[in-house]
Amino acid sequence: MKRKFFAYPYIVWMILFIAVPMLFIFYYAFNVDGEWTTEKFLQTMKDPDNWRILWISIEFAFGTTAICLLLGYPIAYILSNMKRSVAGFISVLFFVPMWMNFVLRTYAWSAIIEYAIPELFGVTGSLTDTASGRTIAVLLVLVYDFLPFMVMPLYNTLSKLDKSLIEASRDLGANGVTTFFRVVLPLSVPGIVSGITMVFVPSITAFTVPALIGNGAYMLYGNKIETAITSAAGYHRNDYSVGSTLSIILLLCIVISTLIMNHFDKDKEGGSIL
Amino acid sequence: MKKILCLVLAACVLFAFAACGSKSEESNRELNVLNWGEYIDPDLIEEFEEQTGIKVNYIEMTSNEEMLIKLRSSDSNYDLCFPSDYIIEQMIREDMLIPLDYSKIPNAENIDPKMKEITNAFDPGNKYSLPYMWGTVGILYNTTMVDEPVDSWGILWNEKYAGKIWMYDSVRDTIGITLKYLGYEMNTRSEAEVAEARDLLIAQAPLRKGFGTDNMRTSMVNGKAAIAVIYSGDAFACIDENPDLAYVVPKEGSNVWFDNVVIPKSAKNVDAAHMFINFLNDAENATRNTEYICYSTPNKAAMDRLSEDFTEDETYNPPQEILDRCEVFHDLGEFVEVYNAAWSKIKASN
Repeated sequence: MKRKFFAYPYIVWMILFIAVPMLFIFYYAFNVDGEWTTEKFLQTMKDPDNWRILWISIEFAFGTTAICLLLGYPIAYILSNMKRSVAGFISVLFFVPMWMNFVLRTYAWSAIIEYAIPELFGVTGSLTDTASGRTIAVLLVLVYDFLPFMVMPLYNTLSKLDKSLIEASRDLGANGVTTFFRVVLPLSVPGIVSGITMVFVPSITAFTVPALIGNGAYMLYGNKIETAITSAAGYHRNDYSVGSTLSIILLLCIVISTLIMNHFDKDKEGGSIL
Repeated sequence: MKKILCLVLAACVLFAFAACGSKSEESNRELNVLNWGEYIDPDLIEEFEEQTGIKVNYIEMTSNEEMLIKLRSSDSNYDLCFPSDYIIEQMIREDMLIPLDYSKIPNAENIDPKMKEITNAFDPGNKYSLPYMWGTVGILYNTTMVDEPVDSWGILWNEKYAGKIWMYDSVRDTIGITLKYLGYEMNTRSEAEVAEARDLLIAQAPLRKGFGTDNMRTSMVNGKAAIAVIYSGDAFACIDENPDLAYVVPKEGSNVWFDNVVIPKSAKNVDAAHMFINFLNDAENATRNTEYICYSTPNKAAMDRLSEDFTEDETYNPPQEILDRCEVFHDLGEFVEVYNAAWSKIKASN
């Protein structure tokens, strides 16, 4: 009885801020100026540009997640083998930049890429002058922003790992490499899964980073939705159909990817989003 | 038990909503102003607050389209906003504006009649709007980085300056100047002409540094880019900071634009809105405002007070022969969808 009582505010919160907005997305996808229509919805679904940009965004999210995992795993592994006090101190250092607002950090990176780095090398051009340079810059900042989300769940899992299992493995004649791949890695799967989910989902919806780092000329899926909503200032008063349809597609992508990831983490040890 | 809890919660929610509702009663001492970023001298706002005791909430917008969406939303409570020409025409058509009461704006007579003549094109007789700032669209370039004389939009497609070209992040301006370059009208309603402009802009993608608004000013002043499509007021401010920069209105013609002040139908405090309009058009206040923003003022009394640095400058005060080759933007009606669709394609070409 008591537990249920504490759940009510949460349920009200869920309804007001999660369920209702989602219903609005579906409503606006099929409703233009108060009239029900599937014409706009189908038109958006057929536009190859939308699918191209979705694919680029998925590639970006994969890239960001892969780089974060490759960088984050060794960091978490080293941290977990340190003395607890030292590891605690270093992980605090890791989190200090996150006390600052995300948008401010992105602005700072924009200044670094645009002014500081060219100044350092004494050149006038910057990385964001070309489309390929913008790709690298956006990827760099995404990795910077999301790396802590990869390191922390990995560190949690790895530091809880029973050290006697590693000793047992060495006792039975396995060398360091075999022990890592046969014992440590399989046991850290829950951490890997939640790390991947925590990085993949926000990076597929990334909007601020491509907008600020890419000079407004780099479009990922989040930016596509933004343009669709702002150019809704057209002839119809309530035409959010394109933006809503794009949001539904993105929602499906996230649900599918989260379901796939949950499949690998049956014990829910690392904690997950869905 | 459960039912009681539900009722209590429902009451809480209702109470929260009611609290939001009753707030509007106090709001007649507040004025909600929706305007572009850095588009007013903040000292003027403070002075107005001191003089009248009305609190001014200054909310910023980044594009006309964003403003229109904000005003269309049913819970909008803006008392004043500063849209551009073609959007005003659309707002009049959609019946979103309150006619100005000129008996409450005696300072309106400071506005240059020549300016009113141009604004007649979108708001006949200035029934709903009064000019606030105006200017042209042109090219700002760095004379140390650009060798050839700049007199045509064509330089925006010159491969020599790849990665050094800023375009403006605005659908009408960007497509409009491209239409001009192609020799068409800026307000064209021909799908083929818009498509031609669209394809030209998609082909430009590898050359441009980005679509900027305020960020490209810093970039140009610091010599990070060579060429930018920009509003004359911004160009004037940039040249002031970096004398290597120069501004030109290309020979193919361009856009002359107006940002006017209007009172939307959603306004809760119409009297205060009129007071604020009158305050802004006071000769002294208008002078300080234009000196701060660097955009050209349509206020004749203010023009008389400005120094020669402003009035003799062709960027700030373009001569008639430049204005002769400039067009005003008009509301496109339903055809705006064609522009918006083209814009989506252009923005997606990375």
